[in-house]
Amino acid sequence: MFAALGDETRLSLVAKLSGGQPRSIAQLTEGSRLTRQAVTKHLRVLERVALVRSRRSGRENLFEFDPHPLEDARKYLDLVSEQWDQALARLKSFVEG
Amino acid sequence: MSDRIEKRIELKAPISRVWRALTDYREFGEWFRVKLEGPFVPGQIARGKIIHPGYEHVVWQAVVQKIEPERLFSFTWHPYGIDPKRDYSTETPTLVEFRLEETKNGTLLVLTESGFDKIPSDRRAEAFRMNDGGWTQQMKNIEDYVARAS
Repeated sequence: MFAALGDETRLSLVAKLSGGQPRSIAQLTEGSRLTRQAVTKHLRVLERVALVRSRRSGRENLFEFDPHPLEDARKYLDLVSEQWDQALARLKSFVEG
Repeated sequence: MSDRIEKRIELKAPISRVWRALTDYREFGEWFRVKLEGPFVPGQIARGKIIHPGYEHVVWQAVVQKIEPERLFSFTWHPYGIDPKRDYSTETPTLVEFRLEETKNGTLLVLTESGFDKIPSDRRAEAFRMNDGGWTQQMKNIEDYVARAS
């Protein structure tokens, strides 16, 4: 997932979608230098890591952003981070004591 | 968003003292709360028993990567790999690095853990449950006790 976001184009697509409004490929291509094919390809990458969901609406696909995987990853890192804080605090009193 | 953790901590102790606390398996075990079976050897598995209350049944395991005296100690492991029924060996581990630098007042320790990108999402969920599980179980015990007593 981090790797999927480590690309400027995909990051900008996520930024466009993060307002919560589902958008079509045409809307996402508008105002960018990318072709529809390129945008579609990037959206599929985001879909694979579950950051983006698509659904059919009439004749087109609408894409929307799902923040949950990001929040989960953030929370997980916070948890591991907290464990390290505790371990390093114990190390500190161990070597300084 | 980053897929690594970095911590910097100043220790008021000579670098040789900190190095020993990190790389002597008995001393490491003291503050890391794990009873290791033997010394750290690069390229080899270090194994021991967690002595953290509530996790005594869990085997702690890491693969030692680098031991560069008073500079760098690193290992790979599976953070929160604490489900005895699960095989973690097929998953990509994270890399933990301890780097030391001498300072005026002692030693600067820089800890990094990287590679979280590769952790399966259900493993993340498991970690939340584990972290929360201790208390949930305690509450349940109290509940059961009260129910029996009344």
